[in-house]
Amino acid sequence: MIPVTSARSLSEAYAILHQRPRGLRVLAGGTDLMVAVNARAGLDRIGHVLDIWKVPELRGISGAGGSLRIGALTTYTELMRSREIATHLPALALVSREVGAWAIQNRGTIGGNVCNASPAGDTLPLLLAAEATFLLGGPRGERTVAAHEFFVGYRKTALGADELLLRVDIPLIEKSHLVYRKVGTRKAQSISRTIVAVRKLAPRDVRIAAGCVAPIPLRCRNAEKAVAAGGDVRAALEQDITPIDDVRATAVYRSRVTGNVLLRLLG
Amino acid sequence: MKLTVNGVPRSFEAPPLKRLLDVLREDLGLTGTKEGCGEGECGACSVLIDGELVNSCLVAVCQADGCSVLTVEGVARNGDLAPVQKCFLDRGGAQCGICTPGMIVAAHRFLECGLPATNENVREAIAGNLCRCTGYAKIVEAIQLAAGQRS
Repeated sequence: MIPVTSARSLSEAYAILHQRPRGLRVLAGGTDLMVAVNARAGLDRIGHVLDIWKVPELRGISGAGGSLRIGALTTYTELMRSREIATHLPALALVSREVGAWAIQNRGTIGGNVCNASPAGDTLPLLLAAEATFLLGGPRGERTVAAHEFFVGYRKTALGADELLLRVDIPLIEKSHLVYRKVGTRKAQSISRTIVAVRKLAPRDVRIAAGCVAPIPLRCRNAEKAVAAGGDVRAALEQDITPIDDVRATAVYRSRVTGNVLLRLLG
Repeated sequence: MKLTVNGVPRSFEAPPLKRLLDVLREDLGLTGTKEGCGEGECGACSVLIDGELVNSCLVAVCQADGCSVLTVEGVARNGDLAPVQKCFLDRGGAQCGICTPGMIVAAHRFLECGLPATNENVREAIAGNLCRCTGYAKIVEAIQLAAGQRS
């Protein structure tokens, strides 16, 4: 039987992290980890589960100090209901409504989406385009990592073995506008085939990110430069992305649709 | 561990990662909740935890310790079918039946939340509940009928 520690505070969680148990997995809303547990997939690699669902320090959303601060355990439902999100970053509420359906939205968390680091994670292109930073913490202290430096390989992150994601911070920039489009097989309960987000600061000053088109959720800097220079954005995007064929779409489809969606979002 | 299930306090011993679904069916004898996919895609195992809809196959029971759980058995009152269940019968909102307990719980949650029962709202509320017989039209009709009776 896999030992489980249900932490009731951050210090209880840090006490476990300090021991660095072998094969430690963090359990938040369970919408990814429990799927693996149910499928008995990689169970032998799970040595200890740290359940953080009831750690109060990781909850809550605030709009203080020029940034939106979102606790790692904030669920999609909470993002959809938050007045701060509706006021400052409505796109994050809209994309949350497109994740799974009610039952998933009630359990899945923004921190889980970030730490699971799937290239298809629905909030991740938005966080990259919005130039979010992630506050990480553990028994050795806290540090901040920019979203584009956090995703380091296929489902690999910069998170240390004794660290938790504590909070997602999004800089609030006046008159900027975040837009996105998710393309799935149906409206609800579907994993994206491609997803693109654009933060517009000025007509030629944009931040672009995409999901499902590379091993990691991807900031598309070549496409950004093409927008700034008035160049061929679609050709530049091709330099950023490396889509593959899989059960959900072909590489050719992903490439074409991602380009189409990006051009439409740029308007 | 302790749960209040359908208003009744229950205590039991279970491994912490045991699925709430399995605790309900095996330890508490409440077999109304069904397993479909076991990965949060189909909604057959839908229950409410503290009033919110969840997939009980994705909830480790340690995370529900001390919570209040409503299953399909708790939607009926005093042995009588709830109005929403009668509406499913009336409109033929059940075919093979495997999705029905989850659909009833999701429908119950939708009716509780008080949103207008437009086609779009009802379909969003049950978007996580798959009917393999594809009998959605009658399910939506049944929920809309139940909403009409409440108002």
